[in-house]
Amino acid sequence: MEDNSKEDILKVTSLSVIFGNQKVLDNISFSVERDGTLAIIGPNGAGKSVLFRAILGLIPYEGEVKWAPNIKIGYVPQKLFVQKDLPLTVLEFLKLKENNVLNIEKVLNSVGIKNKVILKSRLGDLSGGETQRVLIGNALLGNPQVLLFDEPTSGVDIAGEETIYGLIERLKKEVDLTIIFISHELDIVYRHATNVLCLNKEKICFGKPNEVIDKETLGKMYGEDVKVYKHHEHHERHE
Amino acid sequence: MNAMNNNLLILLIIGALVGGVSGYLGSFMVLKRMSLVGDALSHVALPGMAIALILNLNPIFGAFVALILAVIGVWYLSEKSEIYPEALVGVFFTASLAIGILITPEPELLEALFGNFEKIGLLDGIIIAVSSTLIFTLISRISKSLLLGVVSEDLAKAEGINMKSINLIYLLLVGSVVALGVKFVGTLLMGALVVVPAVAAKNIARSIKSYQILGSLLGVFSVVLGLLISSYLHFSSGPIIVLVSIFIFILSYIFKKK
Repeated sequence: MEDNSKEDILKVTSLSVIFGNQKVLDNISFSVERDGTLAIIGPNGAGKSVLFRAILGLIPYEGEVKWAPNIKIGYVPQKLFVQKDLPLTVLEFLKLKENNVLNIEKVLNSVGIKNKVILKSRLGDLSGGETQRVLIGNALLGNPQVLLFDEPTSGVDIAGEETIYGLIERLKKEVDLTIIFISHELDIVYRHATNVLCLNKEKICFGKPNEVIDKETLGKMYGEDVKVYKHHEHHERHE
Repeated sequence: MNAMNNNLLILLIIGALVGGVSGYLGSFMVLKRMSLVGDALSHVALPGMAIALILNLNPIFGAFVALILAVIGVWYLSEKSEIYPEALVGVFFTASLAIGILITPEPELLEALFGNFEKIGLLDGIIIAVSSTLIFTLISRISKSLLLGVVSEDLAKAEGINMKSINLIYLLLVGSVVALGVKFVGTLLMGALVVVPAVAAKNIARSIKSYQILGSLLGVFSVVLGLLISSYLHFSSGPIIVLVSIFIFILSYIFKKK
């Protein structure tokens, strides 16, 4: 186990989620220390987003989810399911959370949106990358100590994807921020995470990425025949 | 003649209040993709009105009770099951309409179905004016939460907003506004006054602010123009009001911004 010198911001013990009569998550335990960056990886249908929704308290679960007291959480969902003609501008969306337009502009600046024209665009008209940035901005408006970031599987171009992680690194340096993110890219996990939780309905591994990710854990997650999994071209082939 | 004009003026003001609040509430209904439910909801008012008439009570009160019960049912179904049981709602609402037609006393049936603004008394007017203002204030209070829920219920819940209660409060307000409008528009068509102005506004508006203002104004305009036409031509007010709103919808569709 890791040392306990830093306090835990989140401690999850024996978490299970059941939909109907199907166990979607089975007996998951892990913890996240303050200022850490935890990556959650696993194949499609492994229960990654379900885990997010459970620790946010959006769905019922068994077991214990314990956040540090008075913690503020910012949540960045994987995508928005808004109607394309929803008459809601980006500014109006962000104003649902923050009345001060100056604060909104400051946050948009920090997520790399320099062009103010976007404030007048409809939420449904944004590209995948822009939506992600606006959603991160929305999460940051509440001055959270923890950011839960559900990475989109598609819709964000590679260059855009790179800069979103660059952005998160920068934010971590600027403010006291703990990050929990769901990823589909092992590269990104190695580069940005201090800890990784491998998931396939149950916990496959938990610890530092280069210590716990090996052929055996990858096999347990993605099937025994996995040979190379470092290139993103391959990941869509696995269930 | 003068007294009648004064009466008409008061009715127009009260009608404008109902139309405005309907359009405002309807703007959320359309975004929540509940247009059809909103449209059919008004049918439920009929058995309530019938029972109130039989018991010699104010029909608005009967409509209100029936609608509140229906709204709680809709809310319960939408919160409890993953798939929205629209078919069930359709069947249930139509059934209550059929029962309502059977038990409504014959002389009152036509105006209960299609509305008759000439039968609106002073007490009705006061109830409608006070309630409309109250409903408008309440909905403004929960407007931000409702909109965040439209964008993403998960985001709203993650913010600590209790979407279940917000949705219930919202539907209760919709039920109330339908009850208020039933005397003007009738139980068959009142739902349309909630939904159609908002749909028309959505065609034109580019932002939430303009959408909601426009939805309310189109609601006001539909009722006022509809009442004027029906008072001169001596038609039932309901169909005329709804046709005015449909006409606005067609115009908005033609001038729809891409």
